[in-house]
Amino acid sequence: MSARLVACHDCDLLCRLGAVPENGVARCSRCGGLLRKRTRNGLERTLALAFASAVLFVVAQSFPFLSFEMKGNVTTTNVMTGVVDLYNGGKGEIAALVLLTIVLAPLGQIGLLLYVLTPLRVGIVPWKLPSAFRLLRHLQTWSMMEVFMIGILVGITKLLGMATVVPGLAIWAFALLMFVLAGAAASFDPEALWERAEALR
Amino acid sequence: MSAAAPATALAAGLANCHECGLLAQLRAAGHGARCPRCGAELHLRKPRSLERTWALVIAAAICYVPANVLPVMAVTSLGKTEADTIMSGVIYFLTSGDWPLAIIIFTASIFVPMMKLAILLFLLISVHRRSSWRPVDRTRMYRLTEAIGRWSMVDIYVVTIMVALVRLGNLATIEAGWGAVFFGAVVVITIFAAESFDPRLIWDESEARST
Repeated sequence: MSARLVACHDCDLLCRLGAVPENGVARCSRCGGLLRKRTRNGLERTLALAFASAVLFVVAQSFPFLSFEMKGNVTTTNVMTGVVDLYNGGKGEIAALVLLTIVLAPLGQIGLLLYVLTPLRVGIVPWKLPSAFRLLRHLQTWSMMEVFMIGILVGITKLLGMATVVPGLAIWAFALLMFVLAGAAASFDPEALWERAEALR
Repeated sequence: MSAAAPATALAAGLANCHECGLLAQLRAAGHGARCPRCGAELHLRKPRSLERTWALVIAAAICYVPANVLPVMAVTSLGKTEADTIMSGVIYFLTSGDWPLAIIIFTASIFVPMMKLAILLFLLISVHRRSSWRPVDRTRMYRLTEAIGRWSMVDIYVVTIMVALVRLGNLATIEAGWGAVFFGAVVVITIFAAESFDPRLIWDESEARST
């Protein structure tokens, strides 16, 4: 592969980008900004992790993730009941923010990764690939699974002083989803995606 | 730094697509031009970057005050109501000996938003003053604000989980307070502010000086 001209996203320096080795990283010579990161079997790896994320996401969202017991009264919760409780308590703004960052954005991120990568894997360029790609880029900013996990841990510790907290099935799915989804986002290589799509056209 | 002006995409009349990273030729009447590969709008620099970042930084700084003064949640237990602000939450963990958690909450809810606002303010002023001071380090600071902003959401999630779990009628209930709403606003607005700032402006000035 011949060297290609790219510009650094952070400082605008024009750089000649040769072939990046597998699992290698190319950085801007002036500011150190990331030019390209290439993972071995990047697209296949992202696709596999996206499939795993989809399964874990369904489990994480549909089963209760915590039960709380105080003087014989038990409440169980999943993410959606939390959103509904916030909304009913008159804090619709927070409910919307939690819904976006923990439900809608991760769901869209997983869905779009599958939508874009599955057809490419079998040799078809997906319909409206450019729009799907741009939407994916925007949703990634707002998908905050890993932050939520820290929030769960802090929340549990706070409540331990008040009563008994029992972790549910979904909490393990959440913990796994955090790593798998972060892995999918980290291995996603847009440049490889466009190369694959161009080769198919 | 070399004496010759470095070759930038701007100098070559090329626009770097901010979505897919393709270098595209931008014609003189380039308004509304789109990336031939992914269809994103092309710009040499983010449009109205300084104005938009200023507006968002000021908005976030204003929301930062009620976010810290108003309670983020109110715990009602056996008829007694106790309100918690962000800082009193940190102090609670400190006094109960949970200092690792106190550090997490302090970092995520107080240190990160403050540092983000301070760095963005510093970068804005340095670009306005046409500073040529350490562009590499200033670019690093920018990348840091971009990366850490999301971690401030921790407190919002803690409130969500507590509200969802503790609703036992007369025994105990927890309600989210207006502090949490303003705090959420700070997090969202600073994420947009970091996104609207263009780090290439830091370099444009040092280039103008070296030529």
